[in-house]
Amino acid sequence: MRKPLTLLLVAVLLGVAGCAGAGAVGAGGRTLVVAIVANPQMQDAIELSDEFERDTGITLRFVTLPENQARAKITASVATEGDEFDVVMISNFEAPQWAQNGWLENLEPYIEASDGYDEDDFIPSIRSSLSYRDSLYAVPFYGESSFLAYRKDLFEQAGLTMPANPTWQQIADFAAKLDDDEQDIAGICLRGKPGWGESLAPFTTVANTFGASWFDENWNARLNTPEFKKATQFYVDLVREHGEVGASSAGFSECGTRYGQGQAAMWYDATVMAGTNEDKSSSKIVGKSGYVAAPVEKTKSSGWLYTWSLAMPKVASDKQGAWEFMKWMTDKQFVKSVGEKFGWNRVPPGCRESTYDIPEYTRAAKAYAQPTLDAINEATQENAMAGKVPYPGIQFVGIPEFQDLGTRVSQQLSAAIAGQITVDEALAQSQEYADTVGQAYRETR
Amino acid sequence: MTTVDTRPPPVTRKRKRRIGSISLSALTWVIAILFVFPLIWMVLTSFKQEADAYTDPPKLVFGPTLDQFAGVIDRGFLPYLANSAGVTAMVTLIVLIFAIPAAYALSIAPVKGTTNALGFFLSTKMLPVVAAIIPLYVISQNMKLLDNVWALVILYTSMNLPLAIWMMRSFFLEVPTEMMEAARVDGANLPTLLYKIILPVVAPGIAATALICVIFSWTEFFYAVNLTAARAGTVPVFLVGFITSEGLYWAQLSAAALLASLPVMIVGWIAQNHLVRGLSMGAVK
Amino acid sequence: MTSSVLPSNVAAREETTPARKQAPARSTTWRRRLPLLPALIFTIVVTQIPFVLTVVYSFQSWNLVRPGSRHFVWLQNYVDVFVDSQFRTALLNTVLLTVFSVLLSMLIGLALALLLDRKMIGRGVVRTLLITPFLILPAAGALLWKTTMFDPTYGLLNFVFGGNTDWLAEWPLTSVIAQIVWQWTPFMMLLILAGLQSQSKEVLEAAQVDGANRWRTFASITLPQLSRYLQLATLLGAIYIVNSFDSIFLMTQGGPGTASTNLPFYIYQRAFQGFDIGQSSAMGVIVVILTMIVATFALRLMFRTFSVTGGVK
Repeated sequence: MRKPLTLLLVAVLLGVAGCAGAGAVGAGGRTLVVAIVANPQMQDAIELSDEFERDTGITLRFVTLPENQARAKITASVATEGDEFDVVMISNFEAPQWAQNGWLENLEPYIEASDGYDEDDFIPSIRSSLSYRDSLYAVPFYGESSFLAYRKDLFEQAGLTMPANPTWQQIADFAAKLDDDEQDIAGICLRGKPGWGESLAPFTTVANTFGASWFDENWNARLNTPEFKKATQFYVDLVREHGEVGASSAGFSECGTRYGQGQAAMWYDATVMAGTNEDKSSSKIVGKSGYVAAPVEKTKSSGWLYTWSLAMPKVASDKQGAWEFMKWMTDKQFVKSVGEKFGWNRVPPGCRESTYDIPEYTRAAKAYAQPTLDAINEATQENAMAGKVPYPGIQFVGIPEFQDLGTRVSQQLSAAIAGQITVDEALAQSQEYADTVGQAYRETR
Repeated sequence: MTTVDTRPPPVTRKRKRRIGSISLSALTWVIAILFVFPLIWMVLTSFKQEADAYTDPPKLVFGPTLDQFAGVIDRGFLPYLANSAGVTAMVTLIVLIFAIPAAYALSIAPVKGTTNALGFFLSTKMLPVVAAIIPLYVISQNMKLLDNVWALVILYTSMNLPLAIWMMRSFFLEVPTEMMEAARVDGANLPTLLYKIILPVVAPGIAATALICVIFSWTEFFYAVNLTAARAGTVPVFLVGFITSEGLYWAQLSAAALLASLPVMIVGWIAQNHLVRGLSMGAVK
Repeated sequence: MTSSVLPSNVAAREETTPARKQAPARSTTWRRRLPLLPALIFTIVVTQIPFVLTVVYSFQSWNLVRPGSRHFVWLQNYVDVFVDSQFRTALLNTVLLTVFSVLLSMLIGLALALLLDRKMIGRGVVRTLLITPFLILPAAGALLWKTTMFDPTYGLLNFVFGGNTDWLAEWPLTSVIAQIVWQWTPFMMLLILAGLQSQSKEVLEAAQVDGANRWRTFASITLPQLSRYLQLATLLGAIYIVNSFDSIFLMTQGGPGTASTNLPFYIYQRAFQGFDIGQSSAMGVIVVILTMIVATFALRLMFRTFSVTGGVK
């Protein structure tokens, strides 16, 4: 009696498999496949996307992945000119390069045909970071710079005052005073996790403001200069002495959790952190933080510039549909919808100037809205760096090899933070890596 | 069965043995609980609110909620589940269809070069999955198989075939030759031989092989994440999407991990008897 | 070579073997090869075509994000790989990881199997509990360990042992080994349990009659019987654990530095962060060759002990 039962089971399973297979071939009607990074702001967009589907009749399918994987997948797809995705989420690191390679669709014609989209509303530094030859090739979803969050209550308790434009030396002193092992409160939280977009982002801004840079104008690798060494030693010592436990594997989320649980007195990181710090559902220190500009040493400002944006691969099939979606997710109405539905703290920050004119937003985001806007406006190479460099980018080097170079160097940095190697050893190895890259550029100049 | 007994009198011996036996059982229980404690913790965490999930010291008492599970299903878990189920079922079926005849040829009716064939099958598992991904990506792209369940079905079948053939072959070697000789003398041809004589004997072995196929197909992560996207995504792809770069949502992740693993856990629990029986029949020849 | 105490089944088979060798002389070899062909052809097509492509790519200098840079450099990639100190570190880590994970999971699996090989209350439940780590998604297991066990502030290990140790940073390879051992011990345990339960009861009782105590029974009868199972477990476990990727990817990302980078992860980095297809393909080919060399020696050893010769058994 087992045979008929097994046959039935097999038939059912085949049926299920058939359905799954059919689904893979694609249902009728317009469908867009959107590849995005798994961040909270993106989650809000996914939740609101029902509205878009209702209004336009286009079905959306989201591919959500953590940052590293999303990047790898999107890059592989776009670089091999595959048509897996209709819309991809990229940053200001990829946008100019890919535009130059001819992989992305020029969005100016679409923008001009869309009334009321108002591309001049985008913050200028953000806008130019996504442009190639003055045309936008990706539209920003949210933008960020970096600044310092600090616990006003702990500062008061210790009788310290945070200056309006602190220097890194001052911050190091504060961290030493506020570091409390018994209460398990770290003086400062800084990223140490390997990744060119993790620890290297804050670290490079520190290096910049100490007067160092990755390459000089002639593409010589400059990781062996005294300024770079000083910056590295400073960063590593600060993290090791007064930083959080587990620093060498702490990235944005880990630091966010620690700061949000009240276990750090200061945190230098992306401006979007403010949204999570002030969110009652995940933070225990709502309303207790103050926000000041990124600490400096030798430069006028030091904040970085980063934006998650939406772009259209040139080989996408339904370009008009893709643009409809991109427009929907980045226009003024979307900002209002998120604010009204999820709360004004969850609004995608740092990309449209008009957002900062909305009264509800400025009220809810009082603590950090202006510092965020200021930081982004000031985030240019002139302000953040001491000398000229032959590449775009403040906290990254805008060349294709940087994903690899940056990751390798960040691994060395993280090993130094973990105490496995000395700063000198880390820098010696990193200089080698950078020099190989620099050489290729020196030759082709 | 008579022995010369120089040990202590029966009563004390029995009591000693019972105490020893009970403490050994207790020890086993304690070890088992300790061993799976991370899993128990995961189950607990999936019922917590996010704020309770990440505390120092860890919370054992808390107000339970089903919110996290609802959240997981809201995020579109079910299509991924269907994909995984479909892929796993197809792969297991196809692997058995290919492996049983192959194992037959390599055991009961052996030919020259059996060791070579076995060695070849095993050697196909030596190329790291990671190294072949770009060629596979390019091939899939050209064949329009990207984001398609069939790409996964084909790949997983080739991944599981070597192990399945190896296992099935050992089970076949257990079939008593006398039975087969008798049937052949009676004039039975190959299909009848297979159905009536061999399969009933190796049935536990088939169950064991099928279970291994199910486990490895369901949990495969790398190909799934890189070769599928929105339409053909399987459960591991869904789970990975929960790891955000901005904010740790550990309770939600626990709920997702639990739901993702539950089907195979249930299948494994039910089939474990078959597995042990199948393996003990002589998986190792 | 084989144990002197054989179950009757095996003894009978050995006797009938010569007869079997002569019996099917009438069938043509092709008809006997036929059932093997579907599986063989399928495997060749699906595995060898990508492999050939990998070899072709390994002879090229090809960076995915620098279009127009693709050209043949033949053996240059291989030279670069061998000179690369990170590759050597990854190789060493892979060997350490595999050897220790397999050994430890086998020992613990053996202990657990012995504990389970007796009548006790709730034996089925205990066994069910113990196999579960093998049934959950490896990705889920890795995340589980990273956040609930190893986390310096909120993790259970520090809660139990006290202290602030950042396990993943201070003991990266050890932590990864611990996680892999946890995941694979049930598999070893099941195989060994099967071996224990396939022991012939008569043999064990005969030994008891002869006055052998527990240890002698274990050493002279159980262990040799188990050796085949142990060897299979080692081979299978090693093949899968050498390719471990999920744990490292999700827990340590190969860090700090390159302390926990193994070969698959390093290849992944070259391919998906460096987008250097040529080099990652070359590394893949090298791994295949190395694994084949090691496996050939291991298999030869195994086959000799198993007395599998010429495909008869």
